[in-house]
Parts: sequence; C-alpha cells; structure tokens
Amino acid sequence: MKTLMRYDKTILAGLLLAAMACCSASAVAQDYPDPKERPERVVEGEAVPQDAYRSEVTPVVESVLFYIFGGALLLSAVGLCICRDVVRMATCLFFTLGSAAVLYLLLGAFFLGAIQLIVYAGGTLILLVFGVMLTNKSPWVRFDCKPAEMIAAAGVAIVLFFGLATMLTTTEWAQSTGEARSTTVAQFGKALLTTYLVPFEVASVMLLVVMIAAAYMARQE
Amino acid sequence: MTQMSVPWRPRGKVRYTGLSGLIAGFARAIYGMAAPVVRAFPGSILLGAIFTVILVGWAHFLLFEFADNHLIGADSNISAVRGFLGAELTLAEIENGLAVAGAPAPGVLQYAFYPIQFRIVRDLLSAGGILGFISVIPLYTIWWERKVAGRIQSRTGPMRVGGWHGWSQSMADGIKLINKEDFVPDHADGVLFRLAPYVAFVPAILAFFALPFGTYWVFRELDVALVFILAMLGIEVLGVILAGWASNNKWSVYGAMREACQMVSYEIPMGMALLIPVMAVGTLSMTEIGNVQGDGWTSWIVFRNPFTFAAAVVYYVAALASCKRAPFDLPESESELVSGFHTEYSGFRWSLFFFGEYAAMFVVSGLCVILFLGAWHSPLPMSLADRFLGDDLLSRAAKGLFFSGPLWFVLKCVWLLYVQIWIRWTLPRIRIDQVLYACIQYMLPLMMVILLGHTLYELLVPVHGIVWTFFNIALSVIGGAVMLFLVSIACYGYLNRVKLVGWLGVETLPGS
Amino acid sequence: MFIVGLTHYLILAAVLFCCGVFVMMTKRNAIGILMGVELVLNSVNVNFVAFDRYRPGGGFDGQIAALFVIVLAAAEAAVAVAICMNVYKNLNTIDVDRGDALHG
Repeated sequence: MKTLMRYDKTILAGLLLAAMACCSASAVAQDYPDPKERPERVVEGEAVPQDAYRSEVTPVVESVLFYIFGGALLLSAVGLCICRDVVRMATCLFFTLGSAAVLYLLLGAFFLGAIQLIVYAGGTLILLVFGVMLTNKSPWVRFDCKPAEMIAAAGVAIVLFFGLATMLTTTEWAQSTGEARSTTVAQFGKALLTTYLVPFEVASVMLLVVMIAAAYMARQE
Repeated sequence: MTQMSVPWRPRGKVRYTGLSGLIAGFARAIYGMAAPVVRAFPGSILLGAIFTVILVGWAHFLLFEFADNHLIGADSNISAVRGFLGAELTLAEIENGLAVAGAPAPGVLQYAFYPIQFRIVRDLLSAGGILGFISVIPLYTIWWERKVAGRIQSRTGPMRVGGWHGWSQSMADGIKLINKEDFVPDHADGVLFRLAPYVAFVPAILAFFALPFGTYWVFRELDVALVFILAMLGIEVLGVILAGWASNNKWSVYGAMREACQMVSYEIPMGMALLIPVMAVGTLSMTEIGNVQGDGWTSWIVFRNPFTFAAAVVYYVAALASCKRAPFDLPESESELVSGFHTEYSGFRWSLFFFGEYAAMFVVSGLCVILFLGAWHSPLPMSLADRFLGDDLLSRAAKGLFFSGPLWFVLKCVWLLYVQIWIRWTLPRIRIDQVLYACIQYMLPLMMVILLGHTLYELLVPVHGIVWTFFNIALSVIGGAVMLFLVSIACYGYLNRVKLVGWLGVETLPGS
Repeated sequence: MFIVGLTHYLILAAVLFCCGVFVMMTKRNAIGILMGVELVLNSVNVNFVAFDRYRPGGGFDGQIAALFVIVLAAAEAAVAVAICMNVYKNLNTIDVDRGDALHG
C-alpha cells in the first residue's frame, strides 16, 4: 500500500500519456479535408453543401418547440405589459427577443436568428438599459397612468387582436407545405450585394447619419 | 437615538430553502465520504480525473464514429439512406452490422448501440461532455491563476488542499460557497437579483455548443457559428448589468454602468477584428476557417499578412476588455468599487458569475485560436503526416498527437488563458476614461485602417506572389522567434527558480 | 391543429403586436414606450420570416426585409435613447406627460 502511494504519480503519469495518445488517435477523422483542395475564396452561394446544414426537425418536434418558445414569447410579452419597473420590463424584453430568435431558427433563418441575438439582445437592449440607468434618479421611480387609461388601452388592444385574428384565420394563404429551407450566409451576402444593393447602401448611409446624430444629441454641453 | 438603518438584517441561524438546501446537504454528504479517500491518494485522484476526462471524450468520439462509418459500411444491407439518423434501425440489423464489423459480443453490444441512433440521445451524451468540460475549466483556471499570481509575487499560492500544490483548492472553495447562506439584500429587487447570475452564466455555456474543438468535435456545426458566439458573449453583459442594478447598491450600479459602456464600445473593434479572417477565408463557419490553416504554422491566418497580425493583437486586447479582465477590470475593481457588480452576492450565485467569467475567457481564447492561431493544427504541416503516416491506429495516434486534434486546440487555449492571467497580475488597472478613450480614439480608427488595408491587400496582392510570400515568411519567422524567446525565458526561470525567488519554505509546508 | 402552420405564427405575431400597442399606450416612461415599439417591430419580423418560410417558391426576400427591420430598429433605438437623454437634461424627468411645452 505504501509503495503504491509513493509511486501513484509516476504510474498515473504513464496512464495519462497513454490516454492522450488514445484520445488523439480518434482525433484525426478519416475524411480530413485537404486545405489545398478548398477554393481560396467562396464566390458562389452554392459552395456550401445544402444538406450539411439541413435542419433535422420533424413536424412534431417543430410543433413542440414552437409551443414552448411561442409560450415563452407570449408570457414575456404579457410580462412587459404588466411590469411597472423599467429594468424588469427590459428583462422581459430580453426574453421576448431571445424566444423570437429561437422561432427564427425554427423557421430555418439561422443567420437572422444570430443577427437578432447579436444586434437586438446584445446591442439594442443594452443601449436601452443604459438609457434607463442614465435617466433614473432613483431605482424605483415609476410613472403610472390612470386606471381608466389602462382599461381603455386594454380594450383597444383586445379589439385590435380580435380583428387581426379574425382576418388571419379567415384568409386563405397560399402555402407551401415543404420543410424549412435553411438559408446559408453565402446566399444572404450575395443577395445583399446584388439584388438588394440599393437598400443595403441606403441603410449604411443612414447608419452613419444616425451615428453622428446620436453623438451630437447626447454630447456634453 | 434612532437605530442606524442597514440594508440587511441578521436572520439568526443560517437557513437553507429548496434547491440550495438540497445541494448543500448533498455536497456535505459527498465531502464527508470522499475526504478520507482524497487524503490517502491525492496524486492518483488528480491524474485519474484527467485520465477519465480524456478517456470519456475519446469514448464519445469513437462511439459516434464507429456507429456512423464502420457499422454502416460493414453491412451492405443497410443502405446509405437508412443509416444512423436516417430511418430507424432494428436491433437485428445492428447485431448483424456489429458481427460483420468484427465487434465482440454483438448480442450484448446491440442494446448499447440502439439508443445512439436517435438524435436526442446523442445530444444528451455530447451535452454531458460539454457541461463536464465547462465545470472543470473554471475550477482549474482559478487554481492556476492563484498559483501564477503567487509565483509572480514571490509566494507559493495555495499549497495544502489535496496534497500536490493544492490542486483541489477550488473544489474546497466550491463546497464552501455552496454551504454559505442564501442571501438577498432587503431592498434589492429580489427577482432580478436571483435571475442575474443565470443570465451571466447560461450564455457562456451556450457559446461552447457552437465552438469546435476539432474537425468533427463540435456539438452543432453552425453555418453562423462566429456570429452566434459573439452574440452569446454580448448577452453575458446583460447579466452583469442586471446584477449591478438589482443589488440596489451605488457601487454595484457604477460597476454595471462601466460594464455596459465598456462592453458596447469594445464589441466594435472586436467584431471588426474577427471580420478579417472571415474575409480572408470567405466563410463564417468556424470548422472551415480552422481547416484552411492546416498547412504548417506559416499558413496560420495570423501570419498571413501584416494586417491579420495587427488584427489578432487588437482582437486579443478587445477580448480582454470584453471579459472584464485586467487591465480592463473596471466593473469589478475591488479597490474603488468594492468588487463592483457582485458586491452584494455571495455563495452559489457569486460562484456562478465566476464560472461564467472563466468560461468566457476560454471562449474568447478559443475564438482567437480558431480564427488566427491555426485552430487545432500543430505547427507541423498536415502534408507531412499524409506522406509519412498511414491509416492504422498507431499512425492516427501519432497524427493526433503531433499534427492536429482537440489536444492542440486545448493546449493553445490554455496558453492564451495563461497570457490573460499573466497580464492581469503584471499590469496596473487603468482609469475608466482611459479605457474608453483607448477604444474610441485609438483602437477603432486603427481597426478601420486594418480593415481597409486588408481588403486592398486581398484584392491587389496576388496570392503566393513575391510580396505575399515575403510578408508571410517574415511574419512567421518573427512569430516563431517570439514564441521561442518566451519559452526559453520560461525554461530559464524554471531551472533557476530557487536563485530567482529565493527559498520559499515549500518543503516545510504540510502537504508538500 | 397541433402541427404548426403559417396561421400559428401569424396569431403569435398578432398577440405580440397588440402587447406592443398596449405598452405604447400605457407606459409613461419614454424608454418604456421605446420597448413597446421594439415589440411591434419584432411582431412584424416574425410575420416576415413566417411568410418567407411558408410561401410557395424559392427565395428569401422576407428574411432580407426582416434584416433591414433589425438594422433600422437598432438605429432608431440609438436616436431615441439620445433624445430621452436630452429630454432628461431639459426637464429632469423622462415622463412623457411632462413634455408639454408646445401645448397651447
């Protein structure tokens, strides 16, 4: 026993090396792609194999996921209506945006889902929270409207919803029943720089204008 | 005289409620049983744990690879359409396939292979592996950080718990943290206070699900992996902001505000720096970007041209800032903000913040490794391996050990983690206005110049032409020389450690 | 009925839209109103992507439209937060009912 305790590090160091060798044995997959064969730069949208990123969700799984994340979306949206503290509202908005991103992934829009997460949840929302922090004197300042206004607003919202719902359920939409086509980033980029070049450029100029305007308005006197 | 109003009140005996009580009791029971064994065989347990982790990772991969390639290939009755993850296979077909593939005891093994043809079983297995890895990484990074900090300050760091250099110190700390009181300040926003650690911790886990460790070592091969991981790093900030806000403590709110403005500013140069390798390779998929760099260390993107080299440096600095690491650790600066956003946190919630921070450190290091530093490839070119090594098990082991594999990825990430720790304990913290000016006035314009320069370089300079090759070779030589220099300094320091730092009294400490 | 189709997504987006309208009508905090606007924009995005997924024929015009909506929403939020800060500087509050200097 004593001898074993004295040499345990040495024995196990050997075992460790053996394990590293075993681990690396399986590390090199057989069909390792040769970097030489790969084109230097992807120009065509077809360069990425379509079935590599095919979503493997069956309709039932898609439905279950839809009900889970759609439910989360609705709960957090209702929470946004009920909460009176602004930071709690921002938290609800965060969950709304996250659930919406998952819905985009379900619909096969992977790039859009990722962009929603990075721009909306990671950028816009933090900007809003930042605005809250800069404009609140005390953490618990609340501005409430009158109950009558609340009831009127709820009435308007509910009437609006029933109108929309009636319209949506009675219309015959031309639907395809195929499974979700996932769009690759290469296709997206190609479309943005060919078909949608003008809106793309207009959006970029507008972003520049907005950047300057926001900096001008928020400056210190 | 009125009693001074304090934001908390003593609650008498420490009470545990619900889940935290359950976890604390469980941890105590486990520790009580494990302590004598740990005391008897500390070294065996440490090395055995590492051995087990590696073995489990290897078994995972081999299982899936065997099921996908050998089993299907062995039985010609199973067509390509009806493979694993296609239509469901029956037990008889699996037994037949196993028998043809030469596996021992196909009648028993078939029951093991039957479940893994379902996606959900595979996902659960892989997710278990990832979660295990995530829980190991912070434990040992924290321990290692304390050791490195100790060495830099001429002391020893933790030495006692577990025997060999205090290797189980972090585990002991974890047990202590779980046993602490579950505490929420009286005037805090209770819901947000409880929610915030999870908002900071969960995105760091999610980032691992898209981070490839090797060509097929990834949970989900995402087309948009890079954007997804960046988004997860960005969301992590929200947890910090919520924590600072919900604590209802002015120091915490200052910490949260600093974090918000620092993160929003540094995300821009960070994202722009990550665009450079994306532009050079032409895809957002991390696996493809990694596989382009397999042709020896001169093919790594960091050495491709001067602009990628500069972008790698800018990325690393911005990543330090986005992980709240020193010298940019303004949100939690303990000397001015009493540890900032987590002033009011203790116990398990506090440790969640630290798990999130150390996991994020690993993720940004991993991004840097995959996009700039040759991903999972060693400095030797893969063509060498193809020329000299065959396809039997021994050759593949040699390939994995010397040429490419997750081992190399983890090694490089650990090296970058070490650089983060090194920077933290040697540089002083800078002021918040200096942090923001450094971003807006220096890094952002610099990054714009790099972006423009790299675009023009890729467009105008012919690939493998004279100029291209000159810069490639020159940068590779410089990078290699710097690395050799660092390694030789480290070796010199290790060999002369007694002369450099003096006798540390290590030998007389208990547990040495 | 259980298997989701286009109508499910549209109803979901309609609820989201109505929540956004409700938030815009009831909140008095300028940033709260901004969050209502974000809800409405998100409901529009869900509609765009759902129509894109279920419409016959190829293409992904709906996703491109949603992408532009996200870009514009981010820009709008930046300007709106800057306006809120200006209002706060002038009125010392961001209660929108207090901003009635132009009321005759």
